[in-house]
Amino acid sequence: MSWLDKLPHRRLRAAGIIGMNARNGDYIARYNQRRLYPLVDDKLRTKTLAEAAGIAVPELYGVAQIQHDIVGLHDTLRAHNNFVIKPAHGAGGEGIIVVRGRKGGDYLRASGQPISADMLDHHVSNILSGMFSLGGLPDTAMIEYCVDFDPVFAPITHHGVPDIRTLVFRGVPVCAMVRLPTQESDGKANLHQGAVGAGVDLATGRTIGGVHHNAPVSHHPDTGTLLADFMIPHWPRLLELATRCHDLAPLGYLGVDIVMDRRLGPLMLELNARPGLSIQLANGHGIARQLERIAAMPEIPTDAIERIRLSVPDFVPANEALDRPPEPPSPWATEFFF
Amino acid sequence: MKNRKIVLLALLLCVIAVALLYAKVTQLGLPLTPDARSSVWTVEARASFESQGRVKATLTLPDRPPGFDILDEDFVVRDFGLAEDVVDGQRVALFSARQARGPQALYYRVSLNPRSAPHRDADQFPGYPPVPDYPELYAPAIETLLSSVRTRSADIASFTRQLILELRYNSRDPAVSLLRDEATTPFARAQQMVYILAGARIPARVVMGLELKHGVMNGALTPWLEVHNEQQWLFFNPTTGDLGRPLNLLVWQNHPGRLLTLEGARDSDVRFAIRRTESRTVELARELNQPLAQVSLLGLPLHVQTTYTVLLMVPFGALLVVFLRNIVGVRTFGTFMPVLIALAFRETELLWGCALFTIVVIVGLGLRFWLERLKLLLVPRLAAVLIMVILLMLLISIGSHRLGFERGLSIALFPMVILAMTIERMSIVWEEHGGKDATIQGLGSLLVAVMAFLVMQSPHLQHLVSLFPEVLLMLLALTLLLGRYTGYRLTEYWRFRSVWLSPPDTPRQP
Repeated sequence: MSWLDKLPHRRLRAAGIIGMNARNGDYIARYNQRRLYPLVDDKLRTKTLAEAAGIAVPELYGVAQIQHDIVGLHDTLRAHNNFVIKPAHGAGGEGIIVVRGRKGGDYLRASGQPISADMLDHHVSNILSGMFSLGGLPDTAMIEYCVDFDPVFAPITHHGVPDIRTLVFRGVPVCAMVRLPTQESDGKANLHQGAVGAGVDLATGRTIGGVHHNAPVSHHPDTGTLLADFMIPHWPRLLELATRCHDLAPLGYLGVDIVMDRRLGPLMLELNARPGLSIQLANGHGIARQLERIAAMPEIPTDAIERIRLSVPDFVPANEALDRPPEPPSPWATEFFF
Repeated sequence: MKNRKIVLLALLLCVIAVALLYAKVTQLGLPLTPDARSSVWTVEARASFESQGRVKATLTLPDRPPGFDILDEDFVVRDFGLAEDVVDGQRVALFSARQARGPQALYYRVSLNPRSAPHRDADQFPGYPPVPDYPELYAPAIETLLSSVRTRSADIASFTRQLILELRYNSRDPAVSLLRDEATTPFARAQQMVYILAGARIPARVVMGLELKHGVMNGALTPWLEVHNEQQWLFFNPTTGDLGRPLNLLVWQNHPGRLLTLEGARDSDVRFAIRRTESRTVELARELNQPLAQVSLLGLPLHVQTTYTVLLMVPFGALLVVFLRNIVGVRTFGTFMPVLIALAFRETELLWGCALFTIVVIVGLGLRFWLERLKLLLVPRLAAVLIMVILLMLLISIGSHRLGFERGLSIALFPMVILAMTIERMSIVWEEHGGKDATIQGLGSLLVAVMAFLVMQSPHLQHLVSLFPEVLLMLLALTLLLGRYTGYRLTEYWRFRSVWLSPPDTPRQP
């Protein structure tokens, strides 16, 4: 190895790291058509499209588009004990209320605090007036199924909602990471805000080392649990789900966020047209070579399974895998009870 | 390939720019760098008024001003007849029109060369003035003042200087205070001085001068005092008592009378625009029919030239922003907000500008956090921040004026909408990404603003772009090329440091 190859930019290039300029100029500008952005920026449109395409999402209970819709809201809610109210154009987790039960005439929030029906109406009214939307434009309130999180990530999560971000390029999954909230990120799964990202091996669904504030970490900063060697349940289903999301919003460079429900398995939460670069650090390697390889392909198969096989050659779809023996229990179980 | 198209386009732009530049340097002999020795002053007086039909206007003109040679002068008068005349020893231009209605503008432009050797053909002695018949109220005060000044002076120069200082600073003597309260404006003070000096039979007069400062757009004449010591007129600053004419002071008229007199018109106003230019460009301005010379600012009125010199520097700031954001990776609030802040720094000066910007942003941010609790909708919230920013600027101006920091007044020139947007964005980043990110981006914005200011202040670049606006084509080419730069940003070497700092033999692969 010559001394030239030790220069930082050669080392980064050799590791296949892509920078912000390359992401914006070579991938987002080239593969993401601007007219498609509204599909992913509006969570209601994403969900409607996904439901039509048979992609698993948290079920939509109701929508309030004008103030008058609020009147009928409680009739809709009567049938449900657990639900989430969120703005369709919200960002950074603003304006989301999680209800988990009732007490008398009041609703109970996830934190245990009661919230009166009037207060709930007021909150929905605020969402409609655009208080939580980017740009302050009038917004829509969505009421949907409250995900019952699979406890698989409990040992490496500080109260919050972990999700799995998969980067899908031209419909081919490139890499994935689990985003784990920390005390610092205040329960949010955003790496910018201090969440930990743990890379996932696409072939096995097993976590590898993690990244926290752009530095490699091996243990969760709050719980102290080793980040590697977690087995993500229903991994083939999750990978297939993420890959098929390309079909509903044909953005070439797409981030798919998926949550794991205890009962329903992987559910698509939202799509992102400008996914970040930290996923490279979480996985310990860059994505340039994979992206270049996929970009060079003259044609990409339309079948999702075929596309996954471009990244994971011996991929076995979930329904075929059912016949196989159950996977061994994940190693966290032992660590969790220590 | 897209990249090749951009490279070709950039190349084409550069070729056009270089060709124009080369032709202008070789054909017209325009200098590429500013040369202080050959610089001349160009002063443009813009007289505007509302005429009501038949109109006669008289504008006084500088006449052999001390310390300057008039190289060239010309008028721009569209529908007016023009004649030059001398009235009471003062050169004037007479404009007249039989039928002119509505707003009118007359331009007089003069180019002046500063002269190092002072010419002194002995000024004609105007004779000793008679002692004025002072009113009873003031007579004792003036007599006391004159006798006290006389005991403390040796000649006419020291007498005058002593008188100015006495009138300005003596606060014990009620007689002096009485006189001081009588004259409150600089003009009234100068006239009062002439009136009092006549009591000592010293010939004195008020002259009106223009301070020459590059880039002034709305200059005005200021009053000065001249005293004759039987050989020549001595020049005094009526406020400080300093003897001698400042080198950059152009004496416009030798009497305190009106600069512009009008018959048949009203709402008159005279503004001066001043620029320091290359002497070569003055000669060139006469040969403007040359097509090459048209590609420059020289043909435009002076105040428009000054505006464009500022505007033409903005692309340099923009290019710097592109470089700092896409090559270095500095994060800022708003893409070109730093450039606009840098423009404001021109008026406030750098240190004051930074201090004022920081104060407004910090206090505004505090108020914005308080506003957050009120849960307002976006547009009313922005309007509220804007109103608070303007109030804050007013408070700073009032406070600094009371404390005697006149620089604090220039905060009024800050782009308040930009400040309000900065505060809004900063508070959102603070909420969503924490105080550290917000502070980093805030400091990044300030850093970029300071650098943009330094670049945009460069006299070399200003000279270059005002004589050769085609340089902007090169800037455009460079910007296009940077637009296809997909390499790493400098800050990403830090972000991805774990990758290139780790030993190469042990990739962190499972």
